[in-house]
Amino acid sequence: MTREGIVNALVLVCLVLVPGWAFYAGETFTITLATRVVILALAAVGLNIALGLGGLVSLGHAVFFGLGGYTMGILAYHVQAYEPLFEWPFLFEGTKSMPAIWLAAVVLSALTAFVIGLLCLRTSGAYFIMITLAFGQMFYFFSISWSAYGGEDGLSIYVRNGFPGLNTLDPIQFYGLCFCVLVVVLWFASRLNRSRFGLALNAARQSPERVEAVGLRPFHLRLTAFVISGAVTGLAGALFADLNRFVSPAMFSWQMSGEIMILVILGGVGRLYGPVVGAIVFVALEHVLGDLSDYWHIYLGLLLLTVVLFVRGGLIGAVTGRRAAHD
Amino acid sequence: MSLVLIAEQVLNGLQFGIMLFLMAAGLTLIFGVMGLINLAHGSLYMVGAFCAAAVAGATGSFLLGLVAALAGAALAGALVEIVVIRRLYAKDHLDQVLATFALILIFSEGTRWLFGSFPLYLNVPEYLSGPVTLPGGIEYPVYRLTLIVIGLVVALGLFLLIGKTRIGVQIRAGENDREMIAALGIDIGRLYTIVFALGAALAGLAGALVGAIQSVQVGMGEPVLILAFVVIVIGGIGSIKGTLIGALLVGLTQTLGGIFLPELMKIFMAPSAATSVGASLASMAIYVLMAAVLIVRPTGLFGARA
Amino acid sequence: MLKSLAVGASMLALLSGAALAEPVKVGMITTLSGGGASLGIDTRDGFLLAVKQAGNKDLEVVVEDDQRKPDIAVQLADKMVQSEKVDVLTGIVWSNLAMAVVPSTTAQGKFYLSTNAAPSMLAGKGCHPNYFSVSYQNDNLHEAAGAYAKEAGFKKSFILAPNYPAGKDSLTGFKRLYGGELAGEIYTKLGQTDYAAELAQIRASGADSIFFFLPGGMGISFLKQYADSGIELPVVGPAFSFDQGILQAVGDAALGVKNTSQWNKDIDNEANKAFVEGFQAEYGRLPSLYAAQGYDTANLLLSAMAKADVKDADAFRAALEEADFKSVRGKFSFGPNHHPIQDIYVREVIKEGGVYTNKIVGTALTDHADVYAAECKM
Repeated sequence: MTREGIVNALVLVCLVLVPGWAFYAGETFTITLATRVVILALAAVGLNIALGLGGLVSLGHAVFFGLGGYTMGILAYHVQAYEPLFEWPFLFEGTKSMPAIWLAAVVLSALTAFVIGLLCLRTSGAYFIMITLAFGQMFYFFSISWSAYGGEDGLSIYVRNGFPGLNTLDPIQFYGLCFCVLVVVLWFASRLNRSRFGLALNAARQSPERVEAVGLRPFHLRLTAFVISGAVTGLAGALFADLNRFVSPAMFSWQMSGEIMILVILGGVGRLYGPVVGAIVFVALEHVLGDLSDYWHIYLGLLLLTVVLFVRGGLIGAVTGRRAAHD
Repeated sequence: MSLVLIAEQVLNGLQFGIMLFLMAAGLTLIFGVMGLINLAHGSLYMVGAFCAAAVAGATGSFLLGLVAALAGAALAGALVEIVVIRRLYAKDHLDQVLATFALILIFSEGTRWLFGSFPLYLNVPEYLSGPVTLPGGIEYPVYRLTLIVIGLVVALGLFLLIGKTRIGVQIRAGENDREMIAALGIDIGRLYTIVFALGAALAGLAGALVGAIQSVQVGMGEPVLILAFVVIVIGGIGSIKGTLIGALLVGLTQTLGGIFLPELMKIFMAPSAATSVGASLASMAIYVLMAAVLIVRPTGLFGARA
Repeated sequence: MLKSLAVGASMLALLSGAALAEPVKVGMITTLSGGGASLGIDTRDGFLLAVKQAGNKDLEVVVEDDQRKPDIAVQLADKMVQSEKVDVLTGIVWSNLAMAVVPSTTAQGKFYLSTNAAPSMLAGKGCHPNYFSVSYQNDNLHEAAGAYAKEAGFKKSFILAPNYPAGKDSLTGFKRLYGGELAGEIYTKLGQTDYAAELAQIRASGADSIFFFLPGGMGISFLKQYADSGIELPVVGPAFSFDQGILQAVGDAALGVKNTSQWNKDIDNEANKAFVEGFQAEYGRLPSLYAAQGYDTANLLLSAMAKADVKDADAFRAALEEADFKSVRGKFSFGPNHHPIQDIYVREVIKEGGVYTNKIVGTALTDHADVYAAECKM
């Protein structure tokens, strides 16, 4: 096992042991925090597929996060309010079933990512960062003024959606569910990294000309990566909305995009478990520093600066001491 | 809608665009010369406004306030460049985004720590307040006319600085080939600090000028920052000419969109629904404009390189 | 074992005759960092001042910062309920955060006392026996502005608000009691800071007055630019843009403007005097509307604690409903949907010894309730 492999295994063990201890000790809130970690990590794993593997610096991933959230919000809201979502061509009353919501969130985010990717991938570098930001802002302002679904007030869902065989209202069971989703997606991402597609994408990031020379189209590779990335982040959005039992335009904001990106960079770009480590550290800092001082943003800022300036390859890089394997 | 009203709105769009130009010019210079994405540019705008408010409040002189804004923002810019930013040039965009985001946090909460959570007072000086009647019967605030003039003067100054002076030659050389100027024996470190301080001073000036008719408060820089990014991307990164045109386009789209889109919607729907839908479309308008420009021209209107 | 312990404890309490001294833990979630921090800080300071003045050792307060983010607010509410085991939540400033927190909090059997935000949803269809608004219902101050505009004889008002739910509620609220013709109705962008275009429209519209609802920095910008535009029409708005914390930043531009509020520092009663003087002595600044609302909320809670045990939800709720406390507003009672029935005043911005502040110049509405009570079934 490589050093990075050991770190990854430790991270997973942590994610099992800490909530397990919290459950035993009756520290319910720690479980809620851990759930937040896992879901944010999932969103960042999604971004990492575009960012780390494809080199696509998207500052608009809140679009997919928010879409996932609103998919959950809208589907569940119609059940809650007894107002069918649509009556034609057939009667559809919305749903409170997580698997159905997840499917809808993934499909919707993937389709949106396809359209946005088709338009944005014509640009590159800083222009790509900014055009994805522009799409994020469009969704943000649209959701603020879309009064049918609460506008800026957002949508409150009173009871968490259901999953067959589980009581999702029980924090530890909901945590377990989110954790399983994260593990499955991590496994999928690691397979993706090593697949022919992943290798080609990696090559396209480093030298597009060479990939083109062997008859592959970098544009198609990047578009596919962007769609997969958007779909995963969308799934995370649906879970996040269920954790809070609430969605609002804040999920579409550029600060949200920035926060997801920070998780990736903090942990280590292009590393499979980078986003997970980033999410653990970020949520922990938010929690600990917030208790220290009203001005805790200063300390958070200083810490982030230290990481960027003095730690190569993010936190995982600091521990393993090597650049990411495929760099 | 009368012709006078339309003319007044065009003036408003111009004025807004010119203020955006002040903000965006520094951003595009820093981006073009050093290849740095500086999210903390909005914080320098805020620093300028707070310096102006503090000094104008203490001395009662708006002009001294402006001087303080220029000096304070330039100083803050130079300091940040020396302590943090120069370590970021060699890093990729990602690290720059994270580091400058961290700087936003530090600047915002630091300012709140120094000045408190309440908005500060900064107002238009007596001699520039009130409206003036323009040819055609337009009543227009003197201060906004002054803003247009100051903005145009600064734009002209920038063109001259870059086109005619020694430092301008160095900046242009830096944009084209970074290794080259080092080979020419120019002190790159000094050049970068100067460019960064210059950009910061422009942002600080914009913050102080706009702060007099808006609200001087923590977090005032971030909405403007996003708009400034839209501007430089539309214009093409690194191009001062592109930035000026981009700023005017964004200013006009934002202002005129806000007025005409609701009117346009009234043709299709009930008035109260139309104002709401029109307002939603208007708030999305500049981002649609930006996406459209980039889809047609992936490096902006005047951008040279990808 | 547990059961017998509980019985023992209650017997002990009976013996000592302190059945009402069951301690109450309050969780305050409010905005203490970032752009909107001044509102949350005033809310907190007002609340804590009342707690300090009362000196009741059975009241424990935990304060947390929501950063004005809905997801953080929800997370803190979970923490307060799950880890801190609070009995009562309070403190949220913004409607969208309240919508995120209140329904699930009350569904878990906790009490929520609102110090500010009171969206129509929570007053009507979404009302709950454990939810009380101590401030107002969101529409109230706008309705009062409409009533004032009608009384002042305005025939052609130009009205504007940001394009978000509270903004739409605001204009609807104004129109409800105004009854006159409108010269124009505009929704501006949320967070907009330049109003040149809107001012040009107002000038061209032939309006005889202006009503605006632009909270926070938006209002400061609007008033400054309005003063500079040379338009000289009567302006009226809800208290938010004329609050003590904001007025100093607006300066002369606000002088003479009429605004509606259920409280002002010159309301003549003992409670208000004790509050205004106590606040200045404690914090060295004049109190704001948010501070007054926080102060009243704490006193309401203290009055209920004196009458009932918080663990007995029905008795505690009944004690809250009585609203048997000395409000800084003078008379105060709850309607059937747990929202206030109160007078709403018209204030004018004045300069008092170098400080900009408000004075009451009239009463817009007497014993005013809200229109959503009819939709509330509880």
